[in-house]
Order: sequence, then C-alpha cells, then structure tokens
Amino acid sequence: MMYEIAKDPIDIQSVIDKVVQREAGAINTFIGTVRELTKGKKTLYLIYEAYEPMAVKKLEQIGNEIKERWEGAEVAITHRVGKLDITDVAVVIAVSTPHRADSYEANRYAIERIKEIVPIWKKEHWEDGQEWIGNQLETVAYPSGKPEEGDLNE
Amino acid sequence: MNKVLFFAHLRDEVGEESVTIEATGKTVLEVKALVAEQYKLQKLDSAMTAINEEFAPNDEVIKDGDVIAFIPPVSGG
Repeated sequence: MMYEIAKDPIDIQSVIDKVVQREAGAINTFIGTVRELTKGKKTLYLIYEAYEPMAVKKLEQIGNEIKERWEGAEVAITHRVGKLDITDVAVVIAVSTPHRADSYEANRYAIERIKEIVPIWKKEHWEDGQEWIGNQLETVAYPSGKPEEGDLNE
Repeated sequence: MNKVLFFAHLRDEVGEESVTIEATGKTVLEVKALVAEQYKLQKLDSAMTAINEEFAPNDEVIKDGDVIAFIPPVSGG
C-alpha cells in the first residue's frame, strides 16, 4: 500500500523503501512534525483525525496527479492519526524521480495538496484550551468556499 | 435512507459520529440546509460535502443508500 493512514508511529524508512526504483536518480523525503509554538502559542499535543477511506483515496489521487505531471515518479505517503506529541512525525512523503529537481517539486506539490483536499483534521491542545484547526494554509482551506474545480475528483 | 458522517468540530457539535436521515432525492444543498437546521450547525456552510467518499457539488442529487459526509476545511500535513 503506497498510501496509508497509520495509527502507530510511522517507520520513515519503510515509506522510503516503497519508492525505490532502478530508474530513479533521487528520492526526496518530506517529514512533517508536530511544532510546539504556533504564532507564539504553546501546543501541548495534537489529535489528528481522518475520514480514513476517503483520505486514502485522496492521497492516491495526489500520487496520480504527480505521476501525470512528473514522468517516471513513484510516490508513497503515510499520514498518522491519533494523539501526537511535540516533535512526533505526522506525515511522511517519499517521491522518487529520474532527476532530482523533479523530486523536490513533486514532493512540495504533495504536501500542499494534502493541505487542500485530504480529509484529515487536527485538534490543537493548549494549556488554556483546545480547538479543531480549520486549515493550515491559514487563509481558508477553500478560497471560494469549496475546492476549486480541479480539486474535485480528477 | 442515508447515513450522514460528521468530523472534527461538526462531530463535537452534533455529539454523534453519524446519524441516519432520509435524504434520497434531495440535493446536497438541500441536505446541508436540513442538517444545519436540525443540529444547529453554524459552520456547515464552510464544509464541503462528500458522497460515497468523493467530493460532490451542491447540485448533486442524493440516491438511496448514499453515504453523505460533511468535510470541514481540512488541516492535515
């Protein structure tokens, strides 16, 4: 399975291993971790929740988008759910491509798309309260009130 | 009949992960209005709707057995 939602800590190497291919000249790995301070406010821990079957489909959609845009790419993504402490790994994205420039671009594309279309939410817990975070683009998740046309089921 | 799934703040507000309603023949927009009123959900407008695990436009008509999920702005990554 190249696209997974994990309840246990993510084994980073196992995600990387999935995209190993003889045609690749580069594997680019993104590791998203839980940050302690957001705009000066101290996070104690996070809860991630997913609409799991749909989240897996949307991760796969992102992988397919990457393969269309960057020839020869292989993609593996695992996103964690449940309670995560500061510094814990929330997401691992591995992309292999024949040439290194593509692996950087494609990996960046994957994390930005995750923040747009994958049904995963985080609840931040602080010393003085807790809140579901609406989006991490810190604008609105869907600028037009809904995903753009291209965000739908392509 | 149709199962309706709630996530994140919507689930907290409704107090249930899912409910069953009769939405067959209604559009997504009509179901949204119905559910928002029934459960007093202020922020349902900002949620997207998924039918059977795919995003659905507001004019899509619900069929019997379709699973409806309201997707608040996502915050994964």
